[in-house]
Amino acid sequence: MQVKINGKPEEVQGTTVLDLLKAKNIDPQMVAVELNSTMLERDRLATTLVKEGDQLEFLFYMGGGR
Amino acid sequence: MEFTEDQITRYSRHILLPEVGGKGQKKIAKARILIVGAGGLGSPAALYLAAAGVGTIGLIDSDVVDLSNLQRQVIHQTPDLGRPKVISAKEKIQALNPDVTVLTYQDRFTSKNALELVKAYDIVIDGVDNFPAKFLINDACVFADKPLVHGGILRFEGRVTTIVPRKSACYRCIFKHPPPPGLIASCQEAGVIGVLAGIIGTIQATEALKLILGIGRPLTDRLLDFDGRRTAFREIKTRRNPHCPLCGDRPTITELFDHDPETCAVKVTSNA
Repeated sequence: MQVKINGKPEEVQGTTVLDLLKAKNIDPQMVAVELNSTMLERDRLATTLVKEGDQLEFLFYMGGGR
Repeated sequence: MEFTEDQITRYSRHILLPEVGGKGQKKIAKARILIVGAGGLGSPAALYLAAAGVGTIGLIDSDVVDLSNLQRQVIHQTPDLGRPKVISAKEKIQALNPDVTVLTYQDRFTSKNALELVKAYDIVIDGVDNFPAKFLINDACVFADKPLVHGGILRFEGRVTTIVPRKSACYRCIFKHPPPPGLIASCQEAGVIGVLAGIIGTIQATEALKLILGIGRPLTDRLLDFDGRRTAFREIKTRRNPHCPLCGDRPTITELFDHDPETCAVKVTSNA
């Protein structure tokens, strides 16, 4: 099925959001995850299934400024 | 308050704009903006806001100018090495525009002084380089009900968002807490392309001016991410989070506190 991750269309297998992060080698502690414009609580990453057409944002921390 | 002839000339390109005019320029002249951090983001923001004629600019920074700062912190110059950043910045601002009152605080921004400082200003600009301070600025602005223009830069990427407390998503609506210490690299550890500070800092200044003037559409409920490698902006829609520990339905943060200082161990993953 097709989903959008950070604005880019991607083909993924039936999976949870946490599995998707793992497949991309992203430590869940490093990102805030938004699913269809709503923040997804970290404790729900493992139980939330990705559905066709979902729009996911993996938002990395960006801390600098000096 | 009436403008002198010199001031009318100085601000003529603003006054010509129907959205600004003499009335808007007076709003700018009355505005008080606090810039937290007189470094990469703070430098361009301070210079442009000063040029624009912002009446009062507050600068808080405890550091002195270091040689490694000059690659991007354009308000400081080689003769300023070793001098307090707030003093160096104040001199440049006053040379650029003597209309601006500059208040300096050569101090760290902490839970002890944050609220009092923020309350004395209309708008706050985040120009700090570490997560504990970014979260503290956000918390102080939400408690004091002051609009905040958040910015961040790292490597080739930058991010800006405007936060109008309890009306739009705050920083904690998105990132509840700072990342675990050592997991995310800072500029000092990972590097940053210097011009990024100018791009992001001037967008922050634009947002502040729009808020003062009450024009346009603020960058609220949106993260504007910039990728300098591709020269591409991307907008990510956000919204207030009912689970936000600060401004959500059942807040767990009810007073200011300092997060633990960051440790310096870098762990860079393939996606970082």
